[in-house]
Amino acid sequence: MIGLLAHNALLVSLIAVAFGALITPVAVRSGRREWLQLTYGSVYANFLLVSIATAAMIVALVTHDFSVSYVAAVGSRSTPLLFTVISLWGALEGSILFWAWVLALYAAAVVYLHHRRPGNLVPYAAMTLLFVAAFFAVLLVGPADPFRPVSPVPLDGPGPNTLLQNHILMAVHPPLLYLGYVGMSVPFAFAIGAILGDEAPSNEWTRLSRRWMLASWGFLGAAIIAGMWWSYEVLGWGGYWAWDPVENASFLPWLTATAYLHSVMVQERRDMLRLWTLNLCVATFVLTILGTFLTRSGILSSVHAFTTGAIGYYFLAFIAIVLVVTLVLVAGNSERVRTKGSLGGAASRETVFLLNNLFLTAVMLTVLVGTLYPLIAEAMRGVKVSVGEPFFNRMAVPAMVALIFLMGVGPALPWGSCTWAEARRRLFPPAIGAAILGAIAVLSGARTISVILAFALVGYAATGNLREYWIGMRARRRAHGESWVTALVRLTGGNRRRYGGYVAHIGVLFVALGVTASSAFRSEREATLVPGGSLTVAGQTVRLKSVWGREEPQRSVIGATLDVLGKDGAVIGTIAPRMNYYRVSDQPVPTPDVRSGLRGDLYVNLMAFDANGANATVKVIVEPLVPWIWFGGFVIVAGAVIGLFHRGPRGTAPELATESAPAPDPALAPAAP
Amino acid sequence: MVVALCTAWPARAQVAGTRPASTAADSALEARTAAIAATLRCPVCQGESIQDSPAELAQQMRAVVRDRLRAGETPDEIKAYFVSKYGEWILLEPRMTGLNILLYVLPVALIVGGLALVAVLVRRWTTPTANTDES
Amino acid sequence: MNWRRATIAMLAAVPLIALFAFGFTRNPSEIPSPLPGRDAPAWALTVFAPGEPPLARPVGDTLRLHDLLGKVVVLNFWASWCLACRDEHVPLSETARQYADRPAQFIGVLYNDRPAAGTRWIADMGGQSYPSVVDPGARTAIDYGLYGVPETFIVDTKGRIAYKHLGPISERVLRQWIDSLLPRAAGGDTPRRDSVR
Repeated sequence: MIGLLAHNALLVSLIAVAFGALITPVAVRSGRREWLQLTYGSVYANFLLVSIATAAMIVALVTHDFSVSYVAAVGSRSTPLLFTVISLWGALEGSILFWAWVLALYAAAVVYLHHRRPGNLVPYAAMTLLFVAAFFAVLLVGPADPFRPVSPVPLDGPGPNTLLQNHILMAVHPPLLYLGYVGMSVPFAFAIGAILGDEAPSNEWTRLSRRWMLASWGFLGAAIIAGMWWSYEVLGWGGYWAWDPVENASFLPWLTATAYLHSVMVQERRDMLRLWTLNLCVATFVLTILGTFLTRSGILSSVHAFTTGAIGYYFLAFIAIVLVVTLVLVAGNSERVRTKGSLGGAASRETVFLLNNLFLTAVMLTVLVGTLYPLIAEAMRGVKVSVGEPFFNRMAVPAMVALIFLMGVGPALPWGSCTWAEARRRLFPPAIGAAILGAIAVLSGARTISVILAFALVGYAATGNLREYWIGMRARRRAHGESWVTALVRLTGGNRRRYGGYVAHIGVLFVALGVTASSAFRSEREATLVPGGSLTVAGQTVRLKSVWGREEPQRSVIGATLDVLGKDGAVIGTIAPRMNYYRVSDQPVPTPDVRSGLRGDLYVNLMAFDANGANATVKVIVEPLVPWIWFGGFVIVAGAVIGLFHRGPRGTAPELATESAPAPDPALAPAAP
Repeated sequence: MVVALCTAWPARAQVAGTRPASTAADSALEARTAAIAATLRCPVCQGESIQDSPAELAQQMRAVVRDRLRAGETPDEIKAYFVSKYGEWILLEPRMTGLNILLYVLPVALIVGGLALVAVLVRRWTTPTANTDES
Repeated sequence: MNWRRATIAMLAAVPLIALFAFGFTRNPSEIPSPLPGRDAPAWALTVFAPGEPPLARPVGDTLRLHDLLGKVVVLNFWASWCLACRDEHVPLSETARQYADRPAQFIGVLYNDRPAAGTRWIADMGGQSYPSVVDPGARTAIDYGLYGVPETFIVDTKGRIAYKHLGPISERVLRQWIDSLLPRAAGGDTPRRDSVR
């Protein structure tokens, strides 16, 4: 009954979005603005209908309505409530439904916030979003229908995939990911809307789309970090990134979105790079569709792959249409969109942004080609090859290190231009940070040049960004006599885009530092311990206390409790890795335990145990600075949030020397980005 | 949903003493084993190396690497052995032969070419004549 | 709207779409083995499950691939924890019995399992007609490029690997290969033919 209701709601939503999309050009061309109410109405109707369907699915899951096919596939009476609810996005059809709902939400928000804007941008943007929504609606009433009736109705189901019930982060990572991925449809819709509505040759529309891109970028960045955290805590090998095709697929649009956020600043200040920025905007969306295609088509083997079926063909058709339409529109209008601006000088922030875009694009293309290469090699040579971590570490990471360096250079240089002598003067002070962190690296035992260099450059960039804050705060104190805290708050509040950006930089640097330290200084050992036996790794000691078992509704749990010993041998904590034996699966899921501290993690995984509890084999890994990665994720999000709340006039004329300059005080000048 | 099988343990993991304590008596040998193992793909996992993977087969393959190192084989010989059994797919980084060369050349070309492009553009956009029409 | 540029740009999409379409024709988890056509790697392994007469070998006996030259060898890697192995258990046992009077040898190789568990599995499945051996450290499995169970190798009378089968093997495939590799017996028996499934 509920399945039928939801299925019909989705069917009606398909009709509504198709109608809304097709009526838009008619409304615009005919000049009947009031017909646009139909377009906007179909957006709202879509949101209502898809919300009904999503709510119906949640109700069906929670009430264990096994007459609905999706519930029969992933539901189970013994799964805890939280994991039952979040199994909404745990398998293919549910994830498509969730995607459609997030898309409907974004489209409704866009229309609600912007429908009063004159011009044809918003109507065509809405039309674009409606077309995308139509694709997902087709999937939901067709190959990915989660509401198919099941007969005879089973009494119970297998439950969600056991790996997905193991950790609370499964409630966090997918929603963030979808808010990010799907959110990138909005700037794309604005781009298409601008082209079709003949506003692309201006910079007005980028003011709109930039905020949406920033929000999506923030969500996607948080999702990637959350995904890393989840795999770290769940998969048991002590790592957080494996260059898996689906991980890469989520990383690619984040890279182009980062490039976009920088190049759009050049576009606004110098009226240049407009076509390039447009391309980045479009490429970001295409990469999100590509990413979801790779996840759901099964053409690349991956940990994340959903079960495959006919749905891959639908996605292929959709990608083909999206690619063709966007390439035609962008290339066909490229001459009109192109700008004829100029730079003030070579030693300027604009140049640094050009380099930033170069390196981000290089990393993106390297990762893209590397991810697709197994397919390419099979098509061209007929041989199966693997492209894994060693390749990406060798070929993509150096460019990423260069970006870290640029993060310190950009904030130091002014917009416009300065002399080379001035540039040298500005770029020198952060070198102190480089020296300090480089020295710390060497003292901690680093002997390879790449590790020391990475540390040094993180130090350089961190010092550079913090120094921008310090200069601004110092100027405010001199001018207004404010306290440090007030100066900080007012400084940031006065120019949220810039200082939010510096916060985001610092967040990225935390992540970079955590990644570098935990790769370079990691140590691990494995041993079989009897109760009372201990194992020491890199100065940390654990002692086995007991091996135990307990029963839970959906699984049996075998665990080993270990005491963590401090320097003097006193017990400072416990750590208890487990193995979860789910009833539906014959393979247990080893669940490591992690003890986090400021300096790093103690990570213990249960590898084997004696059935009588006489001993346990544990793998102990000491991972320095890993919590800094997760902390950095929060800082990045904070930076994005600060930047989102930017207000005040944004100039499009070139403005020179308004910050970090010795003479005029930056914080006292009227808010200038 | 396909799940990495290498995170799972067969029930025989319950047997006592199936896993000897890693003595690491010869830590240099361990380091060399780890270096080679990091380049070999775990056959029952999705994309992990046999160094990282906890799967039984991965550990056994590491033992093969260790024994062959002890017997005096070079890393290239050991990798060639695994390639002869599993195909090129067992290497996590494709060999630099034939079409694969393009895969390695591309990132370098992008950066070198890109830097050159940026230099040209910056120069073009900062000379006064650049302010007139350009296509 | 510059249609010339638009068309050129559109063509850029073609190789990418073609690549993805090609991807649908491929199975990324099927890895072709380099072994067929080459000499089968040698092994000497100990019997832990004797099988049944007339194919039985004593527990503790060492079987060597070298000793089996001149026979068609069916080498089947299996484990008691492997669900798919149950599907091929009857075809293997039955076919082994049918070829008992021909120069064909079936051997099971236990993969990453305890012999006791293997013996118990055989008993639960109603017996195995041919002997099974243990493979300590999975050395032989690695030598044969194993990446899952079950996998079955068919070795010809000259000691070369003729065929590698991934997943449960059927009686029909077994017969096809063994018949094609057996030497023609002069006026001899033809194996009893089942109706084709």
